[in-house]
Amino acid sequence: MKNASILMIIGSVLVLGLFIFPMWNIRLGAPQYPDPLGIDIYINGLKGQNEFDLQNIDGLNHYIGMKTLPKPEDMWEFTVFPIVAVIMSVLGIGIGLLGLYKKASPNWFLVWFILMSVLGVLGVYDFNLWLVDYGTDLDPNAIMKLVNPDGTPMKYNPPLFGHKKLLNFDAYSYPRTGGILLWIGMMCTLAAFWMGKRSTKPENH
Amino acid sequence: MKTTTLNIAAVLVGSMLIVSCGNLGDSQRNGALNSSIAEKVYVAPGERDEQYGFLSGGYSGNLTVYGLPTGRMFKEIPVFSQFPTSGYGYSEETKPMLNTSFGFVPWDDLHHPDISQTNGELDGRWIFANGNNTPRIARINLSTFETEEIIEVPNSAGNHSSSFITENTEYVVAGTRFAVPVPQRDMPINEYKGNFKGALTFISVEPEHGHLDIKFQLLMPGFNYDLSHPGRDKSHGWFFFSTYNTEEASTLLEVNASQNDKDFIAAVNWKKIEEFVNNGGGTTVPTKYAHNVYDEATHMATSTIKTEVLTVDPSDVPGAVYLLPTPKSPHGCDVDPTGQYIIGSGKLSADLTVHSFDKMLTAIEQEKFDGEAYGIPILKFEDVMAGQVKSGGLGPLHTEFDGRGNAYTTFFISSEVVKWKLGTWEVVDRQPTFYSVGHLMIPGGNSRKPHGKYLVAMNKITKDRYLPTGPEMEHSAQIYDISGEKMQLLYDFPTHGEPHYAAGCDAELLVENSKKIYRLDENKHPYGINNPSEAKVERNGKDVHVYMSTIRSHFTPDNIEGIKVGDKVYFHITNHEQDFDVPHGFAMIGQGTSEILVMPGQTKTSLWEPKAVGVWPFYCTDFCSALHQEMQGYVRVSPANANVELSWSVGD
Repeated sequence: MKNASILMIIGSVLVLGLFIFPMWNIRLGAPQYPDPLGIDIYINGLKGQNEFDLQNIDGLNHYIGMKTLPKPEDMWEFTVFPIVAVIMSVLGIGIGLLGLYKKASPNWFLVWFILMSVLGVLGVYDFNLWLVDYGTDLDPNAIMKLVNPDGTPMKYNPPLFGHKKLLNFDAYSYPRTGGILLWIGMMCTLAAFWMGKRSTKPENH
Repeated sequence: MKTTTLNIAAVLVGSMLIVSCGNLGDSQRNGALNSSIAEKVYVAPGERDEQYGFLSGGYSGNLTVYGLPTGRMFKEIPVFSQFPTSGYGYSEETKPMLNTSFGFVPWDDLHHPDISQTNGELDGRWIFANGNNTPRIARINLSTFETEEIIEVPNSAGNHSSSFITENTEYVVAGTRFAVPVPQRDMPINEYKGNFKGALTFISVEPEHGHLDIKFQLLMPGFNYDLSHPGRDKSHGWFFFSTYNTEEASTLLEVNASQNDKDFIAAVNWKKIEEFVNNGGGTTVPTKYAHNVYDEATHMATSTIKTEVLTVDPSDVPGAVYLLPTPKSPHGCDVDPTGQYIIGSGKLSADLTVHSFDKMLTAIEQEKFDGEAYGIPILKFEDVMAGQVKSGGLGPLHTEFDGRGNAYTTFFISSEVVKWKLGTWEVVDRQPTFYSVGHLMIPGGNSRKPHGKYLVAMNKITKDRYLPTGPEMEHSAQIYDISGEKMQLLYDFPTHGEPHYAAGCDAELLVENSKKIYRLDENKHPYGINNPSEAKVERNGKDVHVYMSTIRSHFTPDNIEGIKVGDKVYFHITNHEQDFDVPHGFAMIGQGTSEILVMPGQTKTSLWEPKAVGVWPFYCTDFCSALHQEMQGYVRVSPANANVELSWSVGD
């Protein structure tokens, strides 16, 4: 149970990686952009992968009538998500400490994991809503109004995960260090539950 | 069975080919060999060249940047000439760059670029170049590839033995080609002899920013100073100048300056003179020269006229200057990478004369002099000469080195490059050039560590090398692979203007430092604006200042009213892009100046003086984006006495 609790604490601490590293990244490459433009998505806002990338993406997007990329104050998520992440991390560390002093059963680890998973799925769902809105809610007076072969307006939302072709751009969307650490952290807590469960079985005493 | 027969046939044909290849001599190179040459200069699409070459543009007044080995031209850097492509010398910010004591001189003859060095190796910070006609030295920044500073050289005329730098970039040196009265005065030309002076100017380079300042001028006898090179390594502290017209003729020089069997290479111990002037030596004399500095933060140049210069009479500093007799009007005066050998190319002779630095020091120590000229000791030819290269060529001009003990000399009259060995003076190889080669360049050749892989020969005569373009054509250059024992001609390419000289370096030295944009948050231009919302128009009497923004794909403002005939309208254009390679241009109909090209983050000013009422258009001259064609606007010009209010707008 001791090792399991330590693992639970480590897993919960890894959530805080979101405050140091970007959790997700969207990259846009085109022949005339041999150095692709990139957006690093942090838990508390967007940052250009290179210093002026956000400005340059906005500059390109204005042709097709996309809104400018959101500043932290433009989206409640950039305020609420950090709070949720801190609460979850502290909660996880707390449960881990209680586990260490045998005051909490490993089931609490699983409760934490499930809660975190639900929140994660909600976060990804919300992220996707934003992507769709960003890519489809276009200025009716846009300079270029492009339609699909079936006559419907073209959508420019980058993929949630993986690659998508957007006009002359190849868009790539993948997790970054912060997101990967979060995932590893969550796996740690799941492993902690499993280890804890094994060590607390009566025959192991 | 059939395939077996075919295979046997193929083997037979193949072996016959091998045999016939073996039978061909060196002189009969066939297609297979040619294709291996092609591979040496082939840089696949998207790949980049190994080295940079900076070729002087001669009478174009500019410096051209090439890639080696392909000979592809990347950029023409405006230095001494107005350049409509970017607006250099036309924009309000850069006009002061071409100011001189003679006023605005929009052109010069750029001759000898030289890259800055630290400890005798290229450091890639700046490249210096000389204006030959109205004596000037320029410093070009190698992170922006833009001219940042130009200093005029007073008491000089035909600034030819320039702009060579010492091995820690302590000085950029400028010697005069013409001897002239110093100071200039009204006097008979035929009283030249003994009265005219030849100024050798040592311009200090401030180590951090590269700012130029004339430290001293050495007023030498009235010879003509042709070329020069710094001592390096063991001979660091000395500078060597070739001379011609030691006869001091003022007319028909082709005959009268070719009479002496030997002219001189002047050896100048500049460290000694530096010490002399640091201790208060020398005479400050009144003069007038311009010093023009471009500030990257304000994107503006300022010109200052300076009014005095420190001169030094060589006879006041004993032991600082010696004359080394060198046959037949030497042109090139080149120092090998070790600093031991000084090669004089007597251009009217077949042979090269090599002086030994060590022998020179010994002769000086033993005071073995062969008379003097105007108080300057002349050393004995035999005492300083290390050897002569019996070249078999005609008209030697310029020598560079590969760092492996070999030297390469151009021969103008016999149109060839001759490779020879330092120390044994034996000729190893010779290759023709097309035609009448002037100078050659081995990247890093003028340093302790040449990068001896390629050699570029710059020719004076083109004739039939390319498709004809009428009587006037660009010059031709050849690139040779010099990595082997024999030189191999790889490629032939036209060059822009008249390259007199060149400098080159490995690509890595510059690639990482090359700027992509100017940062808007570092833009200190007094008429720059931080974002398009600050755009405005201000009237101050007849002067109207338009604070204009450009970003894909519109001007802010793009409609301006209230301008009157007789106004001076200054369009201060700030490019608000911060993306690599997105310049915007600006041009106004009927404008008596050039367009301007504004780089991301930069502010440039274009002056327009409207002459007639009407509604006059302007547009972006650079194909900046898909909506480039829409990037345009109007200025309404009203009569001088009209009451139209000043107004501006975009998108209303």
